[in-house]
Amino acid sequence: MSSAETPPAGALDEGDRLDDVVTQRSIVVCCGSGGVGKTTVAAVVALEGARRGRKTVVVTIDPARRLADALGLAGLTDTPSPIEGDWPGELWATMLDTRSTFDALVGKYAATPEQAERILANPFYRNIAGALSGTQEYMAMEKLYELHEETDFDLVVVDTPPTRHALDFLDAPRRLSRFLEHRLFRMLMAPGRGIVRAVNVAAQAFLRTVSKVVGGEVVDDAIAFFQAFEGMEEGFRQRAARVNELLAAPETAFVLVASPRRDTVAEAHFFVDRLGEAGIAVQGLVVNRVHPSFGAGLGEAAAERARTLDGTELGGLYRNLADYRTVSARELAHLGGLADAVAPAPVVWVPFLSTDVHDIAGMGGLAPHLFSR
Amino acid sequence: MAGKGGVGKTTVSAALAHAAALSGLSILVVEVEGRSGLPAMFGQGELSYDEVVLSPGGGPAGAADVRARTLTADAALLEYLRDHGLSRLSRRLVSSGALDVVATAAPGIKDILLLGKVKQLERAGAADLIVLDAPAAGHAIAFLQAARSLLDTVSVGPINAQARDVLELLEDHRRCQVVLVTIPEETPVNEAVETAFSLEDRVGVGLGPIVVNGVVGELPGLDVDPGVAAERAGVTLRPGEPEALAAAASFRRGRMALQAEQIGRLEAQLPLPQLRLPFLFTTDIGPPDLDVLAQALLAGIDALAGLPL
Repeated sequence: MSSAETPPAGALDEGDRLDDVVTQRSIVVCCGSGGVGKTTVAAVVALEGARRGRKTVVVTIDPARRLADALGLAGLTDTPSPIEGDWPGELWATMLDTRSTFDALVGKYAATPEQAERILANPFYRNIAGALSGTQEYMAMEKLYELHEETDFDLVVVDTPPTRHALDFLDAPRRLSRFLEHRLFRMLMAPGRGIVRAVNVAAQAFLRTVSKVVGGEVVDDAIAFFQAFEGMEEGFRQRAARVNELLAAPETAFVLVASPRRDTVAEAHFFVDRLGEAGIAVQGLVVNRVHPSFGAGLGEAAAERARTLDGTELGGLYRNLADYRTVSARELAHLGGLADAVAPAPVVWVPFLSTDVHDIAGMGGLAPHLFSR
Repeated sequence: MAGKGGVGKTTVSAALAHAAALSGLSILVVEVEGRSGLPAMFGQGELSYDEVVLSPGGGPAGAADVRARTLTADAALLEYLRDHGLSRLSRRLVSSGALDVVATAAPGIKDILLLGKVKQLERAGAADLIVLDAPAAGHAIAFLQAARSLLDTVSVGPINAQARDVLELLEDHRRCQVVLVTIPEETPVNEAVETAFSLEDRVGVGLGPIVVNGVVGELPGLDVDPGVAAERAGVTLRPGEPEALAAAASFRRGRMALQAEQIGRLEAQLPLPQLRLPFLFTTDIGPPDLDVLAQALLAGIDALAGLPL
């Protein structure tokens, strides 16, 4: 290791790494705000699982193209495919397809094949996967549940969508239930169910408003959807409850991915709090894109020398050292609080890398930062 | 402003707002995702649906105010219904979560409510320049495409009219341009190129210069051995210092070589003028940093002024 690759001097204690997460758990959820390297971390964690002899699958969401190629995901597929490699376990990969995951769920809970068909053909239903907020997040968790319960993988690693509201999956099952059981739909369907006239009036006023705004055809589709969906809400709700139970179970580990900037650290704190409210503890923190400090000296001392030597080559060299030591110290200051917030979970550092990670060898190169050997 | 997560889209929005204000243009920054890092860069607290002044104008150079606000689809819908004489129903529509239903019935409706509001602000002359900090990456394309998709789904009524107005704004290159933000790294450059072509082909929106954020600057002496540099400066280095200086210089040279490669690739693949912003060695962008970035933007814009856009 060159000095550029060691963690910043004076860094937080180099405690345990993420070994337990890949050897002891059966589910790993990688979460964090957009642009921090979640997808790559998920792939590295899965690879390590395979290296430790486990049958592992990684569910990625919208990976960069070259990583997708490396994982054999060039053609869009939502069934896991194996990746050949020299490891004792197995490594499989799949890309989340929100729509087909939802379709499968409908197929599972429909009372008859005809009911499923009616729903799948409905234009309003076809919009749900793409338009209802939180659906993608929820389907990522649904896929995780399905792979865990219905296949023989030892370890399921899942990436979370790169939205700012990446933790929406915690609310999504509830939101979807609320959506499917919406009081207004009860009202919409009221005429056929003999509810008092006052309710009908309210429902019709609502319908008129919506029709005025979006057009009558759209409203007809929505009504047809809710009629077709009748009776399936309970199955969906129970399933959602089981998914949430699994997320909070001890066999599941949440790994938080962050970068050491003020805004992403603030977002990471928010994640820790939200997960905590859901009864979920973070089991590991991966900090990406950490600047090296090049020794233990102070940035200010180097900056002072740079000022004295301004205009000379040595002045430039000191300015450069001062730049990195200053930013490194600031990063550490931000991360100290975050490490405390996730304690006793292990914290691992990944330095600024010289290239993007887009193949198995590159993922293997990251492993020493995350796992002990 | 559009770009992949983590490239500094909000930072560049703040810098552009500051630069425009320094040039005397009144500015309104519009934020649509909640929990923005924008106000902190101006040393202020959270944004709200009501406008706030992030940095007051004035001074000898006659700078203008930088104002900012958050837009949410729920609030925009309430306002829209109120303006259309439907206030009695509007509150219940929103509080019961019915907007989710309507939005599912006609996808893109939330985006149209937001963009419609932006269009209304533009028409009302809310500021000389409105900077919209758009949703990240792929979401930006869907967001800007909403107008066209909605016209297919909803063929009559006020939403249709709204979508037409928004499309007219997006396609009018004198009123509206998309500024893409990227950083000189492989994946962000790839995504910027893809997003640029998608936006032009699928949305028909005009593209401004692309902002390359986080460009590490040149320094003297980076390729000189610290021992030699010390000798030339007549200075003695302390133990350990030559190694630290050499390692740090080598690290920066490595980053600079990579970024030169990526900037070259971006130039080759995307025929858009580039505005380059320096990498700032800080984790917390504050007002002094915005000054540096705004000056870099203004210098870059001056340099481009001679080029045909």
